[in-house]
Amino acid sequence: MTTRLATGGRLLDRGRSVSFTFNGKRLSGVEGDTLASALLANGQMLMGRSFKYHRPRGVVASGAEEPNALMNLGSGGRFEPNQRATTQELFDGLEAASQNHWPSLEFDIGAVNSHVSRFLPAGFYYKTFMAPRPAWKHVFEPFIRQSAGLGRAPKERDADVYEHAYLHVDVLVVGGGVAGLTAARAGGLSGASVLLVEQTGHWGGRAPVDGAEIDGQGAEDWIASAVTELEAMPNVRLQTRTMGAGVYDHGYALVYERLTDHLSDKTGPRHRLWKIRARHIVTATGAIERPLSFAANDLPGVMLASAVRDYVVNYGVSPGDRTVVVTNNDDAYRTALALKEAGLEVPAILDARLEATGALPEAARAAGIRVLTGRGIAKVKGRRAVEGVAICAQAGEGAVLEEIKCDAVAMSGGWSPVVHLWSHCGGKLNWDDAGAFFRPDPSRAPTGADGTAFVTVAGTANGHLLTAEAIADAHEAGKAAAKAAGHTATRKAAPKATSEVEAPMAPVWMMPQGAGAALRQKMWLDYQNDVKVSDVQLAAREGFESVEHTKRYTTLGMATDQGKLSNINGLAILAGSLNAAIPQVGTTTFRPPYTPISMGAIAGEARGELFQPLRRTPLHDWHEANGAVWEPVGAWRRPYTYRKPGEATEDAVAREITATRASLGLLDASTLGKILVKGPDAGRFLDMLYTNMMSSLAIGKCRYGLMCSENGFLMDDGVVARLSDDAFLCHTTTGGADRIHAHMEEWLQTEWWDWKVYTANLTEQYAQIAVVGPNARKVLDKLGGMDVSKETLPFMAWADGALAGHAVRVFRISFSGELSFEVAVKANEGRALWDKLLDAGAEFGATPYGTEGLHVLRAEKGFIMIGDETDGTVIPQDLGLGWAISKKKDDYIGKRAQERSHMTDPARWKLVGLETVDGTVLPDGAYAVGDGVNENGQRVTQGRVTSTYYSPTLARGIAMGLVLDGPDRMGEVIDFASLDGTGTVVKTKIVDPVFFDKAGEKQNV
Amino acid sequence: MLILTCPCCGVAADETELAPGGEAHLKRFGPGSSEDAFEGYLFLRQNPRGVHFERWRHAYGCGKWFHAARSTTTMEVFGTYSAQVTEPPPEITAKIAAAGKPTA
Repeated sequence: MTTRLATGGRLLDRGRSVSFTFNGKRLSGVEGDTLASALLANGQMLMGRSFKYHRPRGVVASGAEEPNALMNLGSGGRFEPNQRATTQELFDGLEAASQNHWPSLEFDIGAVNSHVSRFLPAGFYYKTFMAPRPAWKHVFEPFIRQSAGLGRAPKERDADVYEHAYLHVDVLVVGGGVAGLTAARAGGLSGASVLLVEQTGHWGGRAPVDGAEIDGQGAEDWIASAVTELEAMPNVRLQTRTMGAGVYDHGYALVYERLTDHLSDKTGPRHRLWKIRARHIVTATGAIERPLSFAANDLPGVMLASAVRDYVVNYGVSPGDRTVVVTNNDDAYRTALALKEAGLEVPAILDARLEATGALPEAARAAGIRVLTGRGIAKVKGRRAVEGVAICAQAGEGAVLEEIKCDAVAMSGGWSPVVHLWSHCGGKLNWDDAGAFFRPDPSRAPTGADGTAFVTVAGTANGHLLTAEAIADAHEAGKAAAKAAGHTATRKAAPKATSEVEAPMAPVWMMPQGAGAALRQKMWLDYQNDVKVSDVQLAAREGFESVEHTKRYTTLGMATDQGKLSNINGLAILAGSLNAAIPQVGTTTFRPPYTPISMGAIAGEARGELFQPLRRTPLHDWHEANGAVWEPVGAWRRPYTYRKPGEATEDAVAREITATRASLGLLDASTLGKILVKGPDAGRFLDMLYTNMMSSLAIGKCRYGLMCSENGFLMDDGVVARLSDDAFLCHTTTGGADRIHAHMEEWLQTEWWDWKVYTANLTEQYAQIAVVGPNARKVLDKLGGMDVSKETLPFMAWADGALAGHAVRVFRISFSGELSFEVAVKANEGRALWDKLLDAGAEFGATPYGTEGLHVLRAEKGFIMIGDETDGTVIPQDLGLGWAISKKKDDYIGKRAQERSHMTDPARWKLVGLETVDGTVLPDGAYAVGDGVNENGQRVTQGRVTSTYYSPTLARGIAMGLVLDGPDRMGEVIDFASLDGTGTVVKTKIVDPVFFDKAGEKQNV
Repeated sequence: MLILTCPCCGVAADETELAPGGEAHLKRFGPGSSEDAFEGYLFLRQNPRGVHFERWRHAYGCGKWFHAARSTTTMEVFGTYSAQVTEPPPEITAKIAAAGKPTA
């Protein structure tokens, strides 16, 4: 049973009680606790259930590497799953709940999985659930859905706010232990601007717990004075609760700051994601202790030796009355000594090594602790908690020599440097035989823009496990980083530390080394994913020899672990199974972030209205005030239609179309792209850009043009107006303006850079209003100021002039088949002109129409729409637009591609009009089906719908589509498959795509 | 997250300011060219493991295209230069040669 000790706990403020809930139960802890330490203080060792077998699990670690104690935290808009109890600082009102159990943490039905574990071996997803197929739906899926998944997904909108921040520094130091402090100090003294970040709320890392003497001071005193010294340096910035999440190319780093996670008061941003550019990065990220693989090493009460020490020293928490320490190194003896000092029993230290004669083992013996060398744990006894250990010879097969009663086990398999950040951007590792770990290879560092290393690893993370070495290494790292950033390294001496000499550790990958199958099936490598020694061995036998394959097949080191606890032990077992050396097996890839960061932090401010900037036309406010149903088009919002009070959307669309055809419609066309192309070579340039001839266009005239990519595919269309001898105004689609402007610039800058052409995107400089319908001319005449008669301004001409006192340019172009004028006016006069048009048009029932009306009007006329009739695979020839492709030109962008055999294939589907036999509206995207099946066993298709609408003008459904040999099959009735899954077809007649006013008489009046 | 200096405006631009444009120094083949030549121009790319001559546009800056010589493995940048040349300038190739890198 875990409990709070009467004294001790260096991080606690025992005078301040903190209340929180766990699974709805009200508990109390102390200011300074983590959630994990507070739960342990309340006797709550059981903190979760494992992923696959639902085995009871207690806390194993005391930091970010914790695999078991993952909690649901908070509620409502602040609910968040999978948070580590070990890194969550306690605050008043914290709500925590354990996860992955049903119905309760204490009694979990899924624990039965444990008894069927031989049916859930490595790769069980791939094997067990493959066949028979119906079993998936009725047996496997319900079973997996009930039992799988760690936390629940949040359901409500996140109540917190998040932000991004940016910083340029000379040196970023990640990790605020004694090495990080030393490196930051050396960098700061050298004159570099330094940012030092520490993921926890405390400086100094493990040193205050493990003990060290630095510059003649105790660790805690030295840390305090180092922090004071750094805080006094104007060029150094220090941040706690800030994690180095990832290192990227050219000195870019993501740093994750948690501002309110430890507070009851959640005011202000919760997380801040720092985007850092550092000239050099020092990672002083320390090391993580490794578990040992012995049978039942996952029972609640089996913890890392360092974690046991942390709970005793930092939080005044007893892991149990009697703790057995099992180790392969000297460091774990510190745990035994710390327990003894706290007045707790250590019945034995089991040291897998044959002798232990260093200073720490001798100190343990002097304290009266029984030290057994050459011994290990055959098995941990107990069902839901540790009740004792069976001792065996490490060299043997597990014959039990003795049993010892205990309620906790502190294990240490040695330490692994945290090399994640070094590896993120390509830093390579060497295997260190003495320490049995991977350490950074400084000759194969991540390199920056100048080809030199931009990351240096310092201290324990660099493989220097002893404090004295770590500090000396970190001082040099800080100096080197400052030098790399262009400063002169300080001449001040490094802090001097003394540390106890430790005897070499002995690698122990399995305990005992000759354990049989029964024991191996109970040795956990990865607690979170329930991966055991036997699983990795099975994977190796089944041929998964690559470490990356083994990882995915067994799920070793997946999810939140990411190689923190399980990595080296798993690699060693794999290497042993393959009879290969560990460095030959290699390691899996470390990817950012180091520990999970919140989705909110990634999004930052980009949510709601700030998700994307909104482009508003000069008439936006009028639309909004007049019932606009918005449609996003690019970054614009355009009215889809304008609904009158009580009116249905489709009725509004029909009303607008009918009014426009009958009398007068008004459209806000301001979003259409307007690109000015000017210069002596402008005509020549446009001849390359458009499929048709633009250089022959007369001044004062307009021409419809098509633009293709070099692949030959149709990418944009629009009307070009020739303004003067050397100037053209190119209209583009709404969504295409920026893209087409960039397309023009690309060709001008990178291919025809000697051509004298200048382009300017004038889209937002003008408001443009389409005045459409039989009464369009009358309303312009009423405004007065220019002659818009058929004689002066014929179809496909434009003229500058004035209307109602506004300087305007009027284009006589039509996308509706009606008499139509598009009136461009300075953007800031757009609203005034719009109001005057509405006023003057009132007698004609002037009706603003939206994009859906625009679509139906153009479809009735058989005009194509980029993005409907085209999808990046369609060429103009497919759409019957051969008339817009110049035969006289030697070249245009896309011409060569259109000569490729696939492009000239007569079997390409071609544009036709489509009319259902019963007059209904064809489903959008429906396919025309033919007879038989193709080589994949799918029904043969012979066409598809590209646009489909209800035409109020014709009172029936109309559509366009691409159909095999379509233009040659006029009048034929073919079948379109319905999309409702019934397998029925819609009988549809192939017709001319121009449904209305085929002769074009209405627009030419 | 690369930093490339735009040779047009001189800004050391973050990758988020830039738009990539693929391999540099392609020769355009238009009407009349053979199928092989056109295929090479439209589809085939060097994709080297090593020094790559590539096109970038300072899309959220001055808007200009430029070229960069960059190692795809070490991220070393040997220089940026005008988009209005058909081959890398000698000072860039000299720098690459000095670094002992092959130029594909």
